Amino acid sequence: MSVKEQASTVAEKEDSMWKQKEMINENYELLSTANERGQKVASTFVPGNINELLMCFDFARNFPETNALQNAMRKKSGGMIMEAEKIGHSEDVCTYVKADLGMMMKGNKGPTGLPMPDPDLLMLSYTGCFTFMKWFELVREQYPKCETAMLHVPYQADGNITKNMRDYVVKQLKEDIIPTMERVSGVKFDIDRLREYMIQSQKAEDDLVYVLQSAKNKPSPIDAYFGGVYYIGPIFTAFRGTTAATDYYATLRKEIEARVAAGLGPITPEGVMKEEKYRIVVEGPPNWTHFREFWKMFYDEGAVVVASTYTKVGGVYDNGFRHDPQNPLESLADYCLGCYTNLNLPARTDMLEKYVEDYQADGLLINSIKSCNSFSAGQLLMLREIEQRTGKPAAFIETDLVDPRYFSPANVKNRLESYFQMISQKRDRAA
Amino acid sequence: MSVQKIVDRCQALYDDLDFTVVKEWKAKEEGRKAIGYMPVYVPREIIHAAGMLPVGVIGGGDQLEVIHGDAYYQSYICRIPRSTIELGVTGRLDCVDGMLFPSICDVIRNLSGMWKLLFKDKYVRYFDAPQTYDDKIGGKFYVQELRELIEGLEELGGKKITEEAIHNSIAVYNENRAVIEDLYAYRSKCPWKALTSEIYLLLFAGMVLPVEEHTQLLRDYLEAVDKEDRPMRDNCRVVLNGTFCERPPLGLIKSIEMAGCYIVDDDFMLVTRWLLEDVPTTGDPVQNLADAFLHHSAETAAKYVDSYEAKGQFIVESVKKYAAEGVVFAAPSFCDPALLDQPMLHTALNDNNIPFTAFQYAENSGQMQPIREQAGTFADSIKLWSA
Ligand code: SF4
Ligand code: SF4
Repeated sequence: MSVKEQASTVAEKEDSMWKQKEMINENYELLSTANERGQKVASTFVPGNINELLMCFDFARNFPETNALQNAMRKKSGGMIMEAEKIGHSEDVCTYVKADLGMMMKGNKGPTGLPMPDPDLLMLSYTGCFTFMKWFELVREQYPKCETAMLHVPYQADGNITKNMRDYVVKQLKEDIIPTMERVSGVKFDIDRLREYMIQSQKAEDDLVYVLQSAKNKPSPIDAYFGGVYYIGPIFTAFRGTTAATDYYATLRKEIEARVAAGLGPITPEGVMKEEKYRIVVEGPPNWTHFREFWKMFYDEGAVVVASTYTKVGGVYDNGFRHDPQNPLESLADYCLGCYTNLNLPARTDMLEKYVEDYQADGLLINSIKSCNSFSAGQLLMLREIEQRTGKPAAFIETDLVDPRYFSPANVKNRLESYFQMISQKRDRAA
Repeated sequence: MSVQKIVDRCQALYDDLDFTVVKEWKAKEEGRKAIGYMPVYVPREIIHAAGMLPVGVIGGGDQLEVIHGDAYYQSYICRIPRSTIELGVTGRLDCVDGMLFPSICDVIRNLSGMWKLLFKDKYVRYFDAPQTYDDKIGGKFYVQELRELIEGLEELGGKKITEEAIHNSIAVYNENRAVIEDLYAYRSKCPWKALTSEIYLLLFAGMVLPVEEHTQLLRDYLEAVDKEDRPMRDNCRVVLNGTFCERPPLGLIKSIEMAGCYIVDDDFMLVTRWLLEDVPTTGDPVQNLADAFLHHSAETAAKYVDSYEAKGQFIVESVKKYAAEGVVFAAPSFCDPALLDQPMLHTALNDNNIPFTAFQYAENSGQMQPIREQAGTFADSIKLWSA
């Protein structure tokens, strides 16, 4: 690595990465002591999370999806899933749910080893995934006294947000969710506090969009999938609306700006990527159990992911949407309604097509996740559409999120290698 | 008409993958339209009031050879969307002018978008129903959803749907629901006469026949079956649960019966029994349909239960109402709603000492022997306990 590279990457990279690591650890610590400190705890989901609102009532925020993926990265999820299957949960259903239930059954220790708290509120933000509803009904069985608040977010079936949809979500917030939060937390709702948080959200969102769109550069300074999942960490979870998140994104942005200025490629676990050979758009969540191994299959071949849809599950911001302190509840509604898996298939396909074009990608890769009908059902049609519309080759691999039984390294590697070869050949023919 | 004749007619409708009866209905008058819908519930009254034929599209069953459909789905997704796509791309559904996809799960939800991409000239609507049941919140949303459906069908049909027409259609469907209620009550009283394998076919006929004709068919069956002399067996009485979407093969229902179980309640073709009370035929008909949905509708895995205490109680009540001795869970493979819901229903049954057994199926399952054996063992164990 050259001195220039070292100067502009390692030190700054570590800044944002360390910051994030600290934030996550602190949150787990906070959660582990919340019950004894008397701080109320809310569990909620990433898509359509109303984090700023939860903060208005001083809730500690727990995200079971994040716990599941963190456990998977630490190779703990497999045992948890088996534990849930042992008591009768089907092999066929979403493994996030089973990893969460299995974690509880195994003593409810979180990914960092600290105990997880009993929730005081199950904030069921029902956005873009049917399974969420069953998931919290199942968790509710373990905590019969815990209140569950359902926020039903209608599906954007015709590719737009109607007044009826927005009104419905806002009404639920005003007449059901906020009063429930007041009752559970004992804190009175203060809309100005919500506005303050949203000012922070906006800033972070601006910086995130800059970071994600920096991949339009050649070479791309980021990997928008494997790196991208780190970049979305704070804003998709307990930190959106905090100054810590705003600082994190400001730092990250500076790092990326420096990389762009220096003409550097993305940082991988094995250092800066030397040559960008393939620019890929990815649809679908990553596999977490073999995350590093999976990533290596890309960077070893010089493949960079320049845009991904997974980095839009907790909010689509690159279309211009921002949380709006002037209309806080309406913008919360629009935020929920706009999350990626709440968009219909034609809109998702259009988004992918646009990514392939705007990011000058060589093609589309779909990582189809066994667990996730919300993402996966219909992906084969999306693939065909994108191939037809863009003329670029597309490929399909199958893995799972947190169930190690469904990651077959040899198969995935083979598929990827032949896909990259196909892109090369296509390019050679065109030249 | 004899029972055999009625059942044969229904069997023919069940076996006809070309929707001939729908085509015939349309051919009778210029400009007639048909609207397909998938499980679990749509307000068919509105389609009927538009002068259109509601057509239940419950996949392709075990007789359809799926050639194209598999290319649209990964192996870990249930069967019904692929056979539905098969019906679509092979032109068998050309006779329906529009399709409604209810908000039952992510697979059917996404299928609505696939339909938009594949069949650009058709009316396609994802029918979103509220998961919150306050009149002022979920109710208001739902009323507007219904109004948008009305507008869509008005545009498609080129004519207004009047309040009076909806009232009339509500009355027609009230009648249909009432006779189905009678049928279920009759089966509960004489399960050796009104066999579930026949009721299954009878309800299926209601997916494709005009409702008035279906109501009459059910009445004819009730009258005819009562006169039949059928042997009463020493079977146990069970509730069948989990079949609310992908259709179980007819062989599966027969296997359960042959294994010594009388099915006395079930959840297939739930659209016919979704609304639990008569919908009023005066006042604002749209509001009436919304009230019925919000406050008097069936429970299934696709619907949120807003309290821990209430979860699973419907199945306990069904066991009581129909004097069942146990529950048979039959869920489609890879069906997240049914399979995620089941453990909670198990809890409710365990709390009430109600025995149950569970297995999975697909609409094209051929091997019934294991199911027959499992159901048989279950029936034997029930008899043993109650002895
Ligand atoms: S089905 Fe998909 S979106 Fe839903 S909880 Fe599972 S992984 Fe998440
Ligand atoms: S069988 Fe289950 S998963 Fe499949 S479409 Fe029906 S409800 Fe959805």
